[in-house]
Amino acid sequence: MFDKILIANRGEIACRVIKTARKMGIKTVAVYSDADRNALHVEMADEAVHIGPPPANQSYIVIDKIMDAIKQTGAQAVHPGYGFLSENSKFAEALDAAGVAFIGPPVGAIESMGDKITSKKIAQEAGVNTVPGYMGLIEDAEEAVKISNEIGYPVMIKASAGGGGKGMRIAWNDDEAREGFQSSKNEAANSFGDDRIFIEKFVTQPRHIEIQVLADAHGNCIYLNERECSIQRRNQKVVEEAPSPFLDEATRKAMGEQSCALAKAVGYTSAGTVEFIVDGDRNFYFLEMNTRLQVEHPVTELITGVDLVEQMIRVANGEPLSITQDDVKINGWAIENRLYAEDPYRGFLPSIGRLARYRPPEEFASETHVVRNDTGVFEGGEISMYYDPMIAKLCTWGPTRLEAIEHMRNALDGFEVEGIGHNLPFLSAVMDHPKFVSGDMTTAFIAEEYPEGFMGVDLDHSALQRIAASCAAMNRVAEIRRTQISGRMDNHERRVGDDWVVSLQGQSYAVTIAADPGGSTVTFEDGTSIRVEGDWTPGDQLATMSIDGSPLVMKVGKISGGFRIRSRGADLKVHVRSPRQAELAQFMIEKLPPDTSKMLLCPMPGLIVKVNVEVGQEVQEGQALCTVEAMKMENILRAERKGVVSKINAAAGDSLAVDDVIMEFE
Amino acid sequence: MKDILQELETRRANARLGGGQKRIDAQHAKGKLTARERIELLLDDGSFEEFDMFVAHRCTDFGMEKQRPAGDGVVTGWGTINGRMVYVFSQDFTVFGGSLSETHAQKICKIMDMAIQNGAPVIGINDSGGARIQEGVASLAGYAEVFQRNIMASGVVPQISVIMGPCAGGAVYSPAMTDFIFMVKDSSYMFVTGPDVVKTVTNEVITAEELGGASTHTKKSSVADGAFENDVEALAEVRRLVDFLPLNNREKAPVRPFFDEPGRIETSLDTLVPDNANTPYDMKELILKLADEGDFYEIQEDFAKNIITGFIRLEGQTVGVVANQPMVLAGCLDIDSSRKAARFVRFCDAFEIPILTLVDVPGFLPGTSQEYGGVIKHGAKLLFAYGEATVPKVTVITRKAYGGAYDVMSSKHLRGDFNYAWPTAEIAVMGAKGATEIIHRADLGDAEKIAQHTQDYEDRFANPFVAAERGFIDEVIQPRSTRRRVSRAFASLRNKKLQNPWKKHDNIPL
Repeated sequence: MFDKILIANRGEIACRVIKTARKMGIKTVAVYSDADRNALHVEMADEAVHIGPPPANQSYIVIDKIMDAIKQTGAQAVHPGYGFLSENSKFAEALDAAGVAFIGPPVGAIESMGDKITSKKIAQEAGVNTVPGYMGLIEDAEEAVKISNEIGYPVMIKASAGGGGKGMRIAWNDDEAREGFQSSKNEAANSFGDDRIFIEKFVTQPRHIEIQVLADAHGNCIYLNERECSIQRRNQKVVEEAPSPFLDEATRKAMGEQSCALAKAVGYTSAGTVEFIVDGDRNFYFLEMNTRLQVEHPVTELITGVDLVEQMIRVANGEPLSITQDDVKINGWAIENRLYAEDPYRGFLPSIGRLARYRPPEEFASETHVVRNDTGVFEGGEISMYYDPMIAKLCTWGPTRLEAIEHMRNALDGFEVEGIGHNLPFLSAVMDHPKFVSGDMTTAFIAEEYPEGFMGVDLDHSALQRIAASCAAMNRVAEIRRTQISGRMDNHERRVGDDWVVSLQGQSYAVTIAADPGGSTVTFEDGTSIRVEGDWTPGDQLATMSIDGSPLVMKVGKISGGFRIRSRGADLKVHVRSPRQAELAQFMIEKLPPDTSKMLLCPMPGLIVKVNVEVGQEVQEGQALCTVEAMKMENILRAERKGVVSKINAAAGDSLAVDDVIMEFE
Repeated sequence: MKDILQELETRRANARLGGGQKRIDAQHAKGKLTARERIELLLDDGSFEEFDMFVAHRCTDFGMEKQRPAGDGVVTGWGTINGRMVYVFSQDFTVFGGSLSETHAQKICKIMDMAIQNGAPVIGINDSGGARIQEGVASLAGYAEVFQRNIMASGVVPQISVIMGPCAGGAVYSPAMTDFIFMVKDSSYMFVTGPDVVKTVTNEVITAEELGGASTHTKKSSVADGAFENDVEALAEVRRLVDFLPLNNREKAPVRPFFDEPGRIETSLDTLVPDNANTPYDMKELILKLADEGDFYEIQEDFAKNIITGFIRLEGQTVGVVANQPMVLAGCLDIDSSRKAARFVRFCDAFEIPILTLVDVPGFLPGTSQEYGGVIKHGAKLLFAYGEATVPKVTVITRKAYGGAYDVMSSKHLRGDFNYAWPTAEIAVMGAKGATEIIHRADLGDAEKIAQHTQDYEDRFANPFVAAERGFIDEVIQPRSTRRRVSRAFASLRNKKLQNPWKKHDNIPL
């Protein structure tokens, strides 16, 4: 076995690999850029080598720098993680030449699976179902129309070198095929410098389901079941699970066997993933093969009990697989949620900055419940603009899919992240979405269910009552403590009442609390009675309550006269008032948030570098209004529409917070 | 006999109606509560004891004798906030627009006198159109009587003003002399002369809100210490503030049970100060992580944001915090921030509230606007306030402590009790670049030499150890253990006794 391996990556995946290496008694070497000097993977590794400035193209993907680090530390093998150099055949070649093991597939396999057209050809020859389509190059629009008719509409017109939705068009008839061909070709030429186009059947009701394969250098290849990754936003996976709620055993077996056939056809070794698109009738078609460890590999590990990183290291060391296809079972259900530093309320805008608070739910494993969190960050750490905005992969496992989902809901509620925008509320919303819960989803789930973006969550009556009951009980604890202040007038102390009115999400509930040493029984006007137990004390930012025996986990913040409660994707202002206070509060005039459509708000905390316009000036749509510097990046803010500047509230040199008004328009 | 008792109830009911149901409804329609409703929300349930419910004015001019409502436009008395005694007056806008008459003033003076004598705070709820014009000079005399008591009470009992409606003309000077002024957004304003007079005299056209609304006074003039969304929130927050304050100047700051480990370690503070000395960070994060339960009552949050002032608790006891805010103007001291902090420090000292100072200050803000504005004298206020303060003083330097600003920010030399520094602290006369350019002026043409000198200077002075060698820093502490160290420091100072020499009063540079 290797004595020392280098991990040519950063973030959670570097930490993930280090964990397994440690378990196997292998020393680890981390590499880091200037931005990652204090990163978790550097801390965790036995050795760390600095490889340059923050941008990845000056550090993490510079082959020479990684090769230097290997030389310097004497690492015998390299795990590339995912992204960066993981599917770079030149890197694998360089390692071969230096006599260092690449913990991944052979160069040939990387190369042949790296090109969409080549890989599809090889797959077809290996007997893998492929999407009906024309593999050759298409000369002109008329040929495109002819081919489209042969395949049958709808068809997808794609750039050969494409990815991420660029150079991709769907056509339902001849006219659209003609037009789509031309625009795809232009876009492909501009984006990739390669205008080769191909046409294939457009799959309806598509689901993204992929097969995990594992092969050794001795001719053994097995598949470790599938993962369903249909919940995606702009081709970025958000939620994955294993197994898929959609596959039957026959389809699974067929997909698995075809995947192994493909792996064998290219002499594959190590862990790899064959991605398929599956239609509403369970027809599956090969999409591509990823010749690396996938981000979402933990769900496979959770249902199979196989440590994929360990297997990769053993295969790279020349060992034969110690498990056979018969050993691979499906045990329970696993779900992964990707926590991104993206603000769901602002169109998933990436958010960077200091993690003032970062407390993931405790990792945990029992016979009916597993919580696993793969992360590369820590409280007090920095989310930088240079890398992927994913900060953690939260996985839960349960004996059934519904149990796994329920565990996930509670784990998300208990995940504390402050200081940056993040998608936790959105993930909670998806976990409660009836379509997701029923397993009835396609890759269009997010686009179809959240067409206007994410607007937050409204809770139903029973969820509100559970939160209201908890807040009433929590408020009572806080109020009683207030009465225990020094300097009281003896014999004239304040008595805390039992009747309260809890207001949240536009609803008010009058409740009566009966407290006893074990907890509180909260009775509502409609006769509902809720038992609240928990050890929350003032200042706790996380309340883990038991409501009628079932768990309720809430993030608790301070607001005047109550709490800010975040739970199940909702973000609530909860006021707890005495009946008299509540009565008088009704006279208060609801203040509508100011109309910000005629204001320019600062989108991020930053420094005003320049204001380009003056009061009274007419501005056109798209005209630069001012420049805000944040994290050393200059962001030019532009007019959203035509207008006249009526007021300017900031000048060059001012530091502004998010949503500060920079200027107003008439 | 029964009729006699009933007569009292009838009179009481009548007095409680103030200016009548129609005016009460009008007050409610504006989103405002009545004088009595406000007192109800301010005080513990059922704790209010009223004085002078039946006082009526004695004016006989302009037909005033025909209208003599009981109470005369102000409700006064005492009650408790979480069981602690406070005195309160609440002006009743439904009675003659809350205008101040001679008798109205006498009612206020009565409870102020009692507050001073019995050592309890005074909370004034202001909602008044101004002087009762019909009474002429008698009304003005009434104002002055109140002013005189504000002055006498200052530094003896905490005085809090809540502006919940108009407060104009001479009336503003009573709140102006109290310790804290809070306003309600959109329904209160304060000014010496109103929009009409302003227009006549200066031709400026301006609304009452722009001239003296909550936004103006919390952001621009710094007259108000805070603003709240509505009456209910404002009164709840005043209750919260009172829980931080001692009842009078002979008492220690209050203590209450707390649910937070004094030795709590915050590893994330180790990375609070960024690697780059010019990158800002949010000092509020440090305050929130130091405080018991993350509870911080900020004073003047929207004014001079380059310095932060407010109250926290450590081990359940109130501590005043003054902290430079690197996020704004790099945390420098200037006229506004010096004034803001100086007043806060003096309040804490007057009422025996220990002071925690968190320092990251690059110096005083340069420029003509500062010098012409008298930054010398305003800066001196903060220096003076710290130097005269005899309460426990604990200081933590997180990063920069440069030049005169180092001295000002509760340094050892101003009788600081505990002066801590983080390892990231840089205590020096100025930054390395500036210092090098002066010390090595001869080498200015030689960039390489200057770079070397700068590096040498940084190595020698950009740390807390030069100061620690001299004992100006008592101890260099780990950021993560700041809460534990600061809590223990204040615990050790609970019996601190320090007296300034006898004087009639000092002569702080006003």
